[in-house]
Amino acid sequence: MNRIKPLLGHRLFWPVAVLAVMLVANTIYRPGFLSIEVNNGHLYGTPIDILRLSAPLILVALGMTLVISTGGIDLSVGSICAISGAVACLYISKAPDQNSFGMVLTALAMALGVALVLGAWNGVLVSVIGIQPIIATLILMVAGRGLAQLITEGQIITINSGPYRAIGLGHFLTLPLAIFIALGAALLVAAFTRRTALGMIIESVGGNREASRLAGIRSGRVVFLVYVVSAACAAIAGFMMTANVSSADGNAAGLWVELDAILAVVIGGTSLAGGRFYLSGTILGALIIQTLTTTVYAMNISPQTALLFKAVVVIAVCLVQAPAFRARFSRRRRGTPPPPAPSPQRQKEEVPA
Amino acid sequence: MTDSRPVLTMTGISKSFPGVRALHDVDFRLFPGEVHALMGENGAGKSTLIKVLTGVYGIDEGTIALGDERVAFSGPMQAAAAGVSTVYQEVNLCPNLSVAENIFIGREPRRFGAVRWGEIRRRARQLLARLDLDIDVTAPVASFSLAVQQMVAIARAIDVRARVLILDEPTSSLDAGEVAQLFRIMRQLRDDGIAILFVTHFLDQVYGIADRITVLRNGTLVGEYPTAELPQLALVEKMIGKELDVLERLDEHPRRELAALEGGTPFVEVSELSRKGAVAPFSLTIHAGEVVGLAGLLGSGRTEVARLLFGADRADRGQVAVGGRPTGLRTPVQAIDHGIGFCSENRRAEGIIADLSVRENMILAMQAARGWLRPIPRRRQDELVDKYIKALSIRPPNPDVPVRNLSGGNQQKVLLARWLITEPRLLILDEPTRGIDVGAKAEIQRLVVQLSDGGMAVLFISAELEEVLRLSHKIAVMRDRELVAHLTNDDTVDADRVMQTIASGSQREEANQ
Repeated sequence: MNRIKPLLGHRLFWPVAVLAVMLVANTIYRPGFLSIEVNNGHLYGTPIDILRLSAPLILVALGMTLVISTGGIDLSVGSICAISGAVACLYISKAPDQNSFGMVLTALAMALGVALVLGAWNGVLVSVIGIQPIIATLILMVAGRGLAQLITEGQIITINSGPYRAIGLGHFLTLPLAIFIALGAALLVAAFTRRTALGMIIESVGGNREASRLAGIRSGRVVFLVYVVSAACAAIAGFMMTANVSSADGNAAGLWVELDAILAVVIGGTSLAGGRFYLSGTILGALIIQTLTTTVYAMNISPQTALLFKAVVVIAVCLVQAPAFRARFSRRRRGTPPPPAPSPQRQKEEVPA
Repeated sequence: MTDSRPVLTMTGISKSFPGVRALHDVDFRLFPGEVHALMGENGAGKSTLIKVLTGVYGIDEGTIALGDERVAFSGPMQAAAAGVSTVYQEVNLCPNLSVAENIFIGREPRRFGAVRWGEIRRRARQLLARLDLDIDVTAPVASFSLAVQQMVAIARAIDVRARVLILDEPTSSLDAGEVAQLFRIMRQLRDDGIAILFVTHFLDQVYGIADRITVLRNGTLVGEYPTAELPQLALVEKMIGKELDVLERLDEHPRRELAALEGGTPFVEVSELSRKGAVAPFSLTIHAGEVVGLAGLLGSGRTEVARLLFGADRADRGQVAVGGRPTGLRTPVQAIDHGIGFCSENRRAEGIIADLSVRENMILAMQAARGWLRPIPRRRQDELVDKYIKALSIRPPNPDVPVRNLSGGNQQKVLLARWLITEPRLLILDEPTRGIDVGAKAEIQRLVVQLSDGGMAVLFISAELEEVLRLSHKIAVMRDRELVAHLTNDDTVDADRVMQTIASGSQREEANQ
């Protein structure tokens, strides 16, 4: 019991448990679920598919984690995915040689640049002008779709570019390249926040903005920065989404990805109120969501009930993680209620002057 | 004032919160046609008494009677229906609704289920006319000044056939003219026979309008007095009290050679700094190694002075020179760059980051000054954090627990450590010993002495005179948002003299000699 307790209390325990339960359930339903085979020097199988397909979501969710940690939210990531994908595909489609590696790099740099400008726009709206994040990013969420349509002129731009296709479907060391890109981005964001003091400062601003200001933190800059990072992450995700299908559809690319990303962040244990953030939790959250989607397809659940099924699982995950729910649950199980932690702070709150 | 029977009688009221006794055996009476001031320092129990009366809280012991009838309201709505209306400090109107809508919100006159808008406007105009207010009742409340908004709130309160009107610090954000307008209305209502319970921190206003005064201190009743029989000095004494000195006496520190300190250029020299609505122009000099005490009642402008010095609020006018060079302290970042640190009195909202660990809270200010690209190496962090956990005996001595789990006194020490790590040249301490236990209090006081011995300048703000007198070389006295006197803390200065200054505010010339 003593050894189990710290394990149960670990913040990643429940996300990991949920993921494990889903994998086990899948394997029972379809024994071949976890099998991986080698074909053409590449690994194939459902687990690899889940990893590959979750890569864009992981990317978007990484940026979203930082934004949510400051107490904000970024609804525009789906539109930024569409715009960056559209810009890159448009540039490639106009090129004389679509397979030129240098040309694809230029396209990516250009699209990334556009995304950074959009992120800066969000950042200015929130940190300088002081618009509520949900409204500020809603502007770009809606307008961005129009912008993407404008870039593609309402058409679906189809390209035939080997290097670009590789972003979504290429392989490296027997595994899909997308997995490495997502992993690289995760390591980069982790280094960016945890190797520097940025992570602590973001958490500080999200935890208590006024106290942070009085401690000498320029919170405006920090808030600005996270929206730019979020847009950059969304742009790379946008490349993957369009590379997967070798075409840019301003309407469909990244549609509703912001909601899945927010969900992944919350499942990962980062509070929507801001403060502490957990990148590893976010990645787990993204994997849970993708596994769920794959499960729905694998189990042949009819499209009509698929969303309902997803909703039920998400509610279960959230409940299992809610401290209030868990406290009630564990109290009943143990028979003796744990004494509520006496918090002198709380008590003082109730005593007005 | 009439001599009839009280409209409201509260007898033997006690109310406890977990760990704190907020009210203990308090009696309170309110007569029709009087303005009755409820006075007390922070934590005295004024708000609790009002909330108990209006049913926000239940009571543990005691009775409340309205007229002859015993009552126990379930909440402000029921209290208002029974004739006890409250207007809170923060005007709680809906700013986007019209004046008339605000007055009748929740109890609109209806006919066949439909709201009678004409009737609402007509009656709103009538009510406001009673308050001598001629404004467009269809305009949104937000388009009027705070004073007018306050009066709209009063109009709403008295419409429900109020017998008792509670005004909880209605004047804290009003200027002199607006206060006068409010007072005219209060007198008018009083003459109509309404009993007004008035809470304020401004002494002049109490003596300007109140008929009687009830003083609370630490949740107990000090007494009820006719205003005319209670001189200001006596009132201040009753509010602050002269606590027995339970703390060990510190050595005769303040009486050290002041001449030596006064010699060089002052570290900070403030001239005529002010901010409208916060504090009147004040001047202040602080030398290295000097402890300057800031005395005054709650709401007298102490905190506002500190915030202006630190750049937490922006000054409208005036100059600040640091180390003899004029500087604009417009943001906390600038103040920190100049070697100034500030421990806010509002530990929870403006001090600690509850989510973060003790370690992170401690190094936050230093890290902010270095910029996020240059993290403090872990070894250096450990050194600093261990040093201050030991030096300030922070419990538990574990740097990695969330700071929210610490007691108030230990959180305060973490905040102190946050600033000490930045090695400031001036440390502003706003009520550093409030709400913490006696042991921690003595430790913090000893620390202030040590720091100033080491050459740090300290601006020490406290509601407790004893503490200010014990630690300070110089004392600046605040009263009604104005710095009224500079006293040198020599043998001629004692608690009585400071209280007199707070009460009368007329020692400016004498102090400057």
